Amino acid sequence: MIVEIGHFALALALGVAVVQSVVPLWGVARQDRALAGVGQAAALASFLLVCLAFAALTLSYLRSDFSVENVVANSHSTQPLIYKITSVWGNHEGSMLLWVLILTLFGALVALSRRSLPERLRAGTLAAQGMVTVAFLAFTLLTSNPFRRMLPAPAEGQDLNPLLQDLGLAIHPPLLYVGYVGFSITYAFAVAALIDGRIDAVWARAVRPWTLLAWVFLTLGIAMGSYWAYYELGWGGWWFWDPVENASLMPWLAGTALIHSTVVMEKRDALKVWTILLAILTFSLSLLGTFIVRSGVLTSVHSFATDPARGLFILIILVVFVGGSLALFAWRAPLLRQGGIFAPVSREGALVVNNVFIATSCATVFIGTLYPLALEMITGDKISVGPPFFNATFIPLLVPLLLLLPIGQSLAWKRGDLLGAAQRTMLAFAIAIAVTVIVFAIRWGGPVLAPLGVGLGVFLIAGAAFDLGERIMARASGLPAIWARAVGLPRSAWGTALAHAGVGISVIGIAATAWSTEAIGVLRPGDSLTSGRYRVTLESVTPRTGPNFRAEVARFSLASGDRVLLPVEAAKRLYIARNMPTTEAGIRTDGLSQAYVSLGEPQGDGSIAVRLYDKPLVLLIWIGALVMAFGGGLSLTDRRFRLAAPRRRAAVVPQAAAQPAE
Amino acid sequence: MRHLLVAICLCLGLSGPALAVQPGEVLRDSALEQRARQISSGLRCLVCQNQSIDDSDAPLAKDLRVLVRERLVAGDSDAAVKSFVVARYGDFVLLSPPVNLRTIGLWAAPFLILLLGLAFIWRRARALPALPASPAPLTPEERARLETLTGARD
Repeated sequence: MIVEIGHFALALALGVAVVQSVVPLWGVARQDRALAGVGQAAALASFLLVCLAFAALTLSYLRSDFSVENVVANSHSTQPLIYKITSVWGNHEGSMLLWVLILTLFGALVALSRRSLPERLRAGTLAAQGMVTVAFLAFTLLTSNPFRRMLPAPAEGQDLNPLLQDLGLAIHPPLLYVGYVGFSITYAFAVAALIDGRIDAVWARAVRPWTLLAWVFLTLGIAMGSYWAYYELGWGGWWFWDPVENASLMPWLAGTALIHSTVVMEKRDALKVWTILLAILTFSLSLLGTFIVRSGVLTSVHSFATDPARGLFILIILVVFVGGSLALFAWRAPLLRQGGIFAPVSREGALVVNNVFIATSCATVFIGTLYPLALEMITGDKISVGPPFFNATFIPLLVPLLLLLPIGQSLAWKRGDLLGAAQRTMLAFAIAIAVTVIVFAIRWGGPVLAPLGVGLGVFLIAGAAFDLGERIMARASGLPAIWARAVGLPRSAWGTALAHAGVGISVIGIAATAWSTEAIGVLRPGDSLTSGRYRVTLESVTPRTGPNFRAEVARFSLASGDRVLLPVEAAKRLYIARNMPTTEAGIRTDGLSQAYVSLGEPQGDGSIAVRLYDKPLVLLIWIGALVMAFGGGLSLTDRRFRLAAPRRRAAVVPQAAAQPAE
Repeated sequence: MRHLLVAICLCLGLSGPALAVQPGEVLRDSALEQRARQISSGLRCLVCQNQSIDDSDAPLAKDLRVLVRERLVAGDSDAAVKSFVVARYGDFVLLSPPVNLRTIGLWAAPFLILLLGLAFIWRRARALPALPASPAPLTPEERARLETLTGARD
């Protein structure tokens, strides 16, 4: 019964979404405020209905209702509770439901947002969001219905894929989807602005928090996915340039460019056309990612969903929404008036250069991912495009961007002084050079590029710190004045500095991977293996039984020089329902570094193959991403984004408003 | 999306995830082993999706790893080893495709796009109307009014 209610709610949500996508536009055209306002109620209703559907599916999983096909295929009665819940989105149908849930959540948030949004803009945005919702609800209901019954019901389910039975599945997809799908709102705003034919700083200010929100979550989602792969896959890699990863990297890159271009638009009323195009492209890349992952065209060996009908359906969605919005763009964009002018050497100019580099790197990932497919379709030739290609093209594009970043950050708006900016970043640059030389000396004979990478990271961190310091110290003397300025500085300034420092932190972590070492050995209890600074000694191998798996657990004592660290355990598990083995790496965090132990095949004579890695500073890669996301979150709490700020806080405003806006 | 795990696990699932390079394969000469790892990471595991033979557990990947090491021990240069493998399996085996007529678009695109982008903004920057010269400095009255408005901060 509950399953049918869920199914019905999902179908009803489709109907409501159709209303949401049509009526507000009609209202705007007829200048009827009541009709234009229908979008808000519809957005809320469709969100609640999808919530109901999601709750129904979750309940079926919790109760292990094996009369539902989806539950049978992805759950097992012995699974721990947490994995029963995460199984809901650990499969194609259920993850589509999560997709739609987040899509409608964003629609509801726009409907509820108390910020003074121009009525026409809100109506248009909700209508555009409604159209996307219609498409994906129809896709879910017609090709990927998670509520399909299976009769007679089997006694036991087939278990969730063991590699997904991990806390990572609880965190990674929801974060990633909020990011991915969150960009649908910026897309909807762009479409609404194009329909309305009006776009200005009000639009930019309305869109920026949504862009930031989506970007923050996408950053966290990608970082979490990367760490998950790092510890789960058992060979210590953290980024593989897999098409499925690229699918999430492309919207992230485009979203990063979008955040920067909306700044220019909000502050200076410039770059309008480009910003609108970016807003469309960012969500288009999210859609492309969905297509890549779910159609199986690129990852034919291990596709998510091999049903060609699904691939075709998403391709149609992709063509309609990308093609439609781009056609709208071509038709309406020439009507947009160009805004503020600026000198080439200025903060705006620097942000334009930033956008060129980020857009190019995004295009590189796009071409690298799809070129083999296109070539095979046109000529029949098969080529591989893998990590060596991306490392050879992506990194050279990123390095100049990051080198220019601190300089651009210290340029003034409208008309900057390149010499002055260069002088202001001189100290940061000097520190970076010094660090590079020192690291080079300490690690003499090691990889050449690693010290340079560390230097680049230090340059970014120091540049961000000095930029912030300068704003705080400038014309303020005495601690109280400095404190007042530090507190009074807009949170977006703190957020910007933190996010840029986060990039630097990640760069250091990535550069340090060049120093990681690896050792392979066959160990018996009592034998040792040394890699880099770490030495493990196999203590014991013991069997252990989990709720739905059997494991062989190897226990190692761990030492770094004379220092004894806590022991580590690595395991090989066999999941009974699917008869599928997994490896669980043993990881011991030592400061910012990690010792990483992974088990291979038992050799039959009581010994076991072991791989030990020394991963210096590896945690910085993800800490940097967290700092980036935190910076983005801090910007999001900036005064000017807070809800209904102008009216309610009128009394407090004058004092804060005296601070320079950025 | 659910991401590479789903993507990779099915490939690994065929044989079960484990160590890729097996202890028995490692060469005694560590310089030679280093070269073998370097070459392996650029060769595709043909039965997997976007995995190098260095990372894959598939039997074919193991065969290729052993083959690479045999050639190196026999004294081949890195390039000779690669061309030996390419002669057997075609360009598809290279994770970094060679530059030729079919892949020129792939290799040239990033730099062409960057150049076009920079050329475009360069032209736009030149075409933009020049900013007016610095505005006249504030008169004392304006300055006084500004200070009352801003509460004399800054």
